[in-house]
Amino acid sequence: MSKVLMKGNEALAEAAMRCGCRFFFGYPITPQTELAAYMAKKMQKNGGTFLQAESEVAAINMVYGAAGAGARVMTSSSSPGISLKQEGISYIAGADLPCLVVNIVRGGPGLGGIQPAQSDYFQATKGGGHGDYHLLVFAPSSVQELADMTSRAFDKADEYRMPAMIMGDGMLGQMMEPVEFKEFADPASLPAKPWATTGTGMKRKKNIINSLYLTPEELENLCVEREKRYDKIRATEYLYEEIDTEDADIIIAAYGTIARVAMSAVQQAREMGIKAGLIRPITLWPFPTEAFAKRAETAKCFLSVEMSMGQMVEDVRLSVNGKKPVYFYGRTGGMVPEQDAIVAEIEKCLKNS
Amino acid sequence: MYEQIIIAGFGGQGVLFAGKILAYMGMDTGKELSWLPSYGPEMRGGTCNCSVIIADTQIGSPIIQRPDALIVMNKPSLEKFADSVRPGGVIVLDSSLIDSKVERDDVTVIYIPAMKIAEQAGAGTLGNMVMAGAYMKARDDMFKVDDLYKSVREHTPAKRAGLAEKNIELIKAGYEFKQC
Repeated sequence: MSKVLMKGNEALAEAAMRCGCRFFFGYPITPQTELAAYMAKKMQKNGGTFLQAESEVAAINMVYGAAGAGARVMTSSSSPGISLKQEGISYIAGADLPCLVVNIVRGGPGLGGIQPAQSDYFQATKGGGHGDYHLLVFAPSSVQELADMTSRAFDKADEYRMPAMIMGDGMLGQMMEPVEFKEFADPASLPAKPWATTGTGMKRKKNIINSLYLTPEELENLCVEREKRYDKIRATEYLYEEIDTEDADIIIAAYGTIARVAMSAVQQAREMGIKAGLIRPITLWPFPTEAFAKRAETAKCFLSVEMSMGQMVEDVRLSVNGKKPVYFYGRTGGMVPEQDAIVAEIEKCLKNS
Repeated sequence: MYEQIIIAGFGGQGVLFAGKILAYMGMDTGKELSWLPSYGPEMRGGTCNCSVIIADTQIGSPIIQRPDALIVMNKPSLEKFADSVRPGGVIVLDSSLIDSKVERDDVTVIYIPAMKIAEQAGAGTLGNMVMAGAYMKARDDMFKVDDLYKSVREHTPAKRAGLAEKNIELIKAGYEFKQC
């Protein structure tokens, strides 16, 4: 199929239906609403169910139910709504169920604002809900990558039986770029889920979906088993893009739409004769630790650029492991770091190290 | 080519749509492109703008810091963006809506009474198309106006083909306008 011009929010919805998602439960919130609106318009025509729940809490619990029954299911929201869903996300992780949660991040904390932000990084990658669990977290930076990561997120969630999250921001959601979609996949062609509660037909043992384990030994064993899966994911599932890092004195770390502003800043710095490079994590969990560790041997310093007060910078520091200085530059509350400001920061960091 | 265009005006003037047809032209001619609207708690009559980038290479920041071209349809937007235009760039200004002049001699300025031209053609809401046409004239070396006509036709639903032709008529009026 040829390219079409679409908003990020709509492209994500289209990509989800094309890869077999037939259940969407959500609640409107800016700047994510176009996604739910597109689902409302198209999901039924594609033979699926769109339901606007009475609240975010209800929506995530509907996701829990559908996921338990083996359906490819998703919900989407923006920051304050994602906070409301955290209890359900923890339960879904505790019951080892796959689903997709989309967070089109806006400024916080509290109700915050409606302009783009990345201040939910900690929430997405370090828990959010209670308990020992992780989400697979994808942070695309273009509309095409948003569409591609949607089907990958569903597939990986199924493969590892865990919830996945796509983190975008208001800018990516509202922006239009050409995008090419895959052909429609038949939900029946997806890998079987023998653990799902689909009715025994009196032929097999009952499947039970649950996150309550009152025997500590049993609960510990489950957490240990899950951690083994997480270790495998840490070792194999991280994704990143590197630009001009080979000979770079300074390496910018940036993800999502800000990585694109950073990419332009790197080009501008190169034109000024500064050896700058960029590492763009595409998965935030697992974090591409290896990419930073490797460049810690060659670069003089690192600079994490974010739309937050400094969150991913902690993972960059852990990855660089004290070998080189790691600086931070960010804007928050819906403000976006400007290209010139990033270049100025690059110059400042190099002077200091 | 790495053409960065800001289109700005009041909400309701078709600022976003003008950007969209340029974006379609970029896509249909095989270029890289991005279209980014301003969004927020805005209302009819509030200011509104969009950033369109059409390029041969991968597009970095979708936010435009220094536009090559500014298509401007109200005074507050002119005040906001006029200084950011790159030296050597172009400003297309609706002189029926903005009574001031651009105080720069390092950019090409096209003063065109776009809304008046649209009104005379019986389509007062299509000043945005006249502006797009004037922009195409200024960028004759970069884009072909026929490609824009083609994209407008292609991306208008068949049942509204009449509207596409009206849009094209006004793009043409802007394209053929001669500044005196």
